[in-house]
Amino acid sequence: MQRTTMDLWVGFFVMAGIGALLLLALKIGNLGTYSAADSYTLVGSFENIGGLKVRAPIKSAGVVVGRVTDIQLNTETFDAAVTMNIDSRYKFPQDTFASILTSGLLGEQYIGLAAGGDEAFLKSGDKIMKTNSALVLEDMIGRFLFNKASEGNDEKK
Amino acid sequence: MVDSIWRLGYASRFFLLTLLKSGTSFRRFDLIIRELYFTGVLSLIIIIVSGLFVGMVLGLQGYETLQRFGAESAVGTMVALSLVRELGPVVAALLFASRAGSAITAEIGLMKATDQLAAMEMMAVDPIARVVAPRFWAGVISMPFLAALFSVVGVFGGYLIAVVLIGVDEGSFWSQMQNAIDFRYDIVNGIIKTCVFGVAVTAIAVFEGYDASPTAEGVSGATTRTVVTSSLVILGLDFVLTSVMFRGMS
Repeated sequence: MQRTTMDLWVGFFVMAGIGALLLLALKIGNLGTYSAADSYTLVGSFENIGGLKVRAPIKSAGVVVGRVTDIQLNTETFDAAVTMNIDSRYKFPQDTFASILTSGLLGEQYIGLAAGGDEAFLKSGDKIMKTNSALVLEDMIGRFLFNKASEGNDEKK
Repeated sequence: MVDSIWRLGYASRFFLLTLLKSGTSFRRFDLIIRELYFTGVLSLIIIIVSGLFVGMVLGLQGYETLQRFGAESAVGTMVALSLVRELGPVVAALLFASRAGSAITAEIGLMKATDQLAAMEMMAVDPIARVVAPRFWAGVISMPFLAALFSVVGVFGGYLIAVVLIGVDEGSFWSQMQNAIDFRYDIVNGIIKTCVFGVAVTAIAVFEGYDASPTAEGVSGATTRTVVTSSLVILGLDFVLTSVMFRGMS
């Protein structure tokens, strides 16, 4: 069997194809930026998660430290049980505060972790005790209207 | 009606036969290399040029719409998501069907019309193993590569328009794109789509060629049928695959 120029072109083609697949994975996709290879899981229960979704980022001081991997309804307490995958480079104290925040006015929702001052760190499978639910706009407007209405009643008296 | 069902059954048997006999063509890989040149390498130009223009149009239209909401930095996300999930696989497969599928059909049909396939059988060479299987596998192999190239070139086209020409911030263009696109969910699903399209297009093309009536008219009719049927099958399969893969999970 002899080498032909056709082989050269096919070689180019296959290389370009594999290169394109790699570019898709590393440059366009997020395979290079965050890998779940070394991570541990934490669980948090929230009264209301609003629009939080699986794969939402978990940030601490604005830095992405992990992702939400699972959201389930706990049928005993009727809270949302959120499983989080945290990069094992980052350790958090046991009194860390987890709250559901929104990036921007209309942006996606994410979990913000605010570290406490405890000496002991959270281990894999631990539950985050201090949580803060998502702000639901309808609830806020409802409360605002209710307050306004009661103020109006006070003035009439 | 009965005739078309009959034909469908024949096509399915032909497909299975091609799969069964492809062992021989893998042992003679130089045949597949030769066909990879004709289906893959020669389709590169049309794929790259159309990918570039599709990406540039997406960049322009995306910017035009998104800047009304002050979200022009999300133009990279829009271009990349639409290319990786839908336009890359679908448009590349449509171009592939009309560029390479039609050529495969015409070639096999003409071989049949000039009795080359019958001559092979006479020499105890199985035409399905010698002619059909290498073309089928070359098409299946080159389709994912072509679609990936289409998406990458398209994203580059979007980058040219949005960042270089209009002046969207380069950092947010790439970082928003990387944040929004998930490797397993978006890219792997797109690659699965292209593999399915590759099998469908080349299976249709080789069957239409093999089944063509051995006249000049028959070959031209078969070539037309290849392009029409595979375009419809691509779009139909795309709907089915999309509804299975992306059920509002994100």
